[in-house]
Amino acid sequence: MAATLPPPRLLPSGDSAVTVEFSRTIDDAANERVLALDKALAANPIDGITETVPTYRSLLVHYDPGKIGFDALGEKLVPTAIQPLPPATKARRWRIPVAYGGEHGIDLEDVAKALNTTPDDIIARHTGGDYRVAMIGFTPGWSYLSGLDKSLQMSRRQSPRLFTPSGTISIGGIQAGIQCLAAPSGWHLLGRTPVRTYQLHRNPTFLTEPGDRVTFFAIDHKTFEELDRAAEAGEIIAEQVTA
Amino acid sequence: MSRLVIASIGPASSVQDGGRFGAQRYGLTVSGAMDRLSLAAANTLVGNEPFAAVIEIGPFGATFTAKDGAVRVAIAGAPRNADIAGKPVAMDNSVTLKDGETLTLGFARGGAFTYLAIEGGIKGEQVFGSLAVNARAGLGSPYPRPLQAGDEFTVDAASGAPELRIELLKPSTGPIRVLLGPQDDEFDDANKALFLDSEWKISATSDRMGYRLEGPAIKHLHGHNIVSDGTVNGSIQVPGNGAPIALMMDRGTSGGYPKIATVITADVGRLAQTTAGTAFRFEAVTMAAAQDEARKFAQAIKNLPDRLRSSDTVELNIEALSDANVAGYAVSAVDAGTWQVTAEP
Repeated sequence: MAATLPPPRLLPSGDSAVTVEFSRTIDDAANERVLALDKALAANPIDGITETVPTYRSLLVHYDPGKIGFDALGEKLVPTAIQPLPPATKARRWRIPVAYGGEHGIDLEDVAKALNTTPDDIIARHTGGDYRVAMIGFTPGWSYLSGLDKSLQMSRRQSPRLFTPSGTISIGGIQAGIQCLAAPSGWHLLGRTPVRTYQLHRNPTFLTEPGDRVTFFAIDHKTFEELDRAAEAGEIIAEQVTA
Repeated sequence: MSRLVIASIGPASSVQDGGRFGAQRYGLTVSGAMDRLSLAAANTLVGNEPFAAVIEIGPFGATFTAKDGAVRVAIAGAPRNADIAGKPVAMDNSVTLKDGETLTLGFARGGAFTYLAIEGGIKGEQVFGSLAVNARAGLGSPYPRPLQAGDEFTVDAASGAPELRIELLKPSTGPIRVLLGPQDDEFDDANKALFLDSEWKISATSDRMGYRLEGPAIKHLHGHNIVSDGTVNGSIQVPGNGAPIALMMDRGTSGGYPKIATVITADVGRLAQTTAGTAFRFEAVTMAAAQDEARKFAQAIKNLPDRLRSSDTVELNIEALSDANVAGYAVSAVDAGTWQVTAEP
């Protein structure tokens, strides 16, 4: 039998949720354990758990204290959480089209200047990345990606913008993101994708799942308009690649 | 079928129910009624399921007119003066509006949210099992936005059932109880004590997403940037400026500020009904106590039908009348985007 992994911290998030924390920092290994625990709980549900929310470094487990108490839940969660990770399965990969720069990516030039290079070079580094959906949160479909090229990592804007458009493709700190709805943001806006990671009357409503792989490719602004109309009509325009 | 037409309504009023669960992992906000006990009480009065969709009315007044037939409704939550053509209607009672009659609700007198339940419920298209409005995501039905004058609901014709009142326990006026964590270790003992021992007031810039707390600045041990993790209703996060924010029903599903404490389930509605400017305190309780209170709270909602009484046993709600004599609740000039009423001394 393989050795077990170090136990996570169980942090109370009120009387009806527990944060199962594997790391205090962004760390791919911790994120893999989060997603593995999430999968294990979906496969073998614990009575009383109502919903789970994976994040970079922890799994938030909502539960009904009328069915199971904090201590009893912890005793059931920890043995599952310390199991060695199952062999990696092939992840889904999405190829996401992005119109970079100009009105769609108003920070591209500034990012290039700040990093002493050209906008084309920033695009090359961003499309060259191999990303993973670490978590989805904040607003519907906002996919937080790990895997940003180290040379693109820069601190967030001093003052967040109150409005950034739907489909914004941005970078902030060591993270990259696909934003679905218009929202406030302090990240640097490189471009926009016509892909909707969340669309109410489409099947599926949510495109991305934590654990999915993502790559970006550049499109011109005219192609953006065409794909945007198709997406608005409910077409899934992201290309799915089974690796 | 009858219709219930909104003749007038203030900001921060929307269709809400028990909330939208099951898709927080995709970033879908839960939403739902700010005060679940009052939601359930209003629904129970007209024979609905406790967490059925109702009209959540913000602190300003509203008027509703029955058309094409009679409509039976009930009101619970933040007390206000209510009448039909000058005849008073008591809080925590059902009442039937005859065709053409108008129910007029005044400003909230203490508290912020009043719940108008309609017999037979609100008809709409559920998303993830809920009609609750989340304006940011364009969700909610039949109107995916705050309500406005002219909106109307197609509703069941009134059943003619006898009117009921519900005998609720007087809500506690004690401190808002919290469990420390999940990130209380991001604060030293002095700052945890400062949080628990200080008097707090809710800022007038609060909304359904979060209640901003005014009081001493709480300092972090290691700065205010943590890696985003999950939030719950009642999470109290502390951003860089040290002014805590209690996350409410329209919260984002994840957040990147340290959360010093979490309001216990049984007290979230009480915090929601605390008006801007009213001083209050927090009190830390143990997990065992918090979970015991959560179970009692759930049981109290289940047992609400046992508290129904015939409406004619008491002519008027004496408590509402005496509350009305508590002078000094005035509406300040508030930002239209927020909903809070300022209680003036």
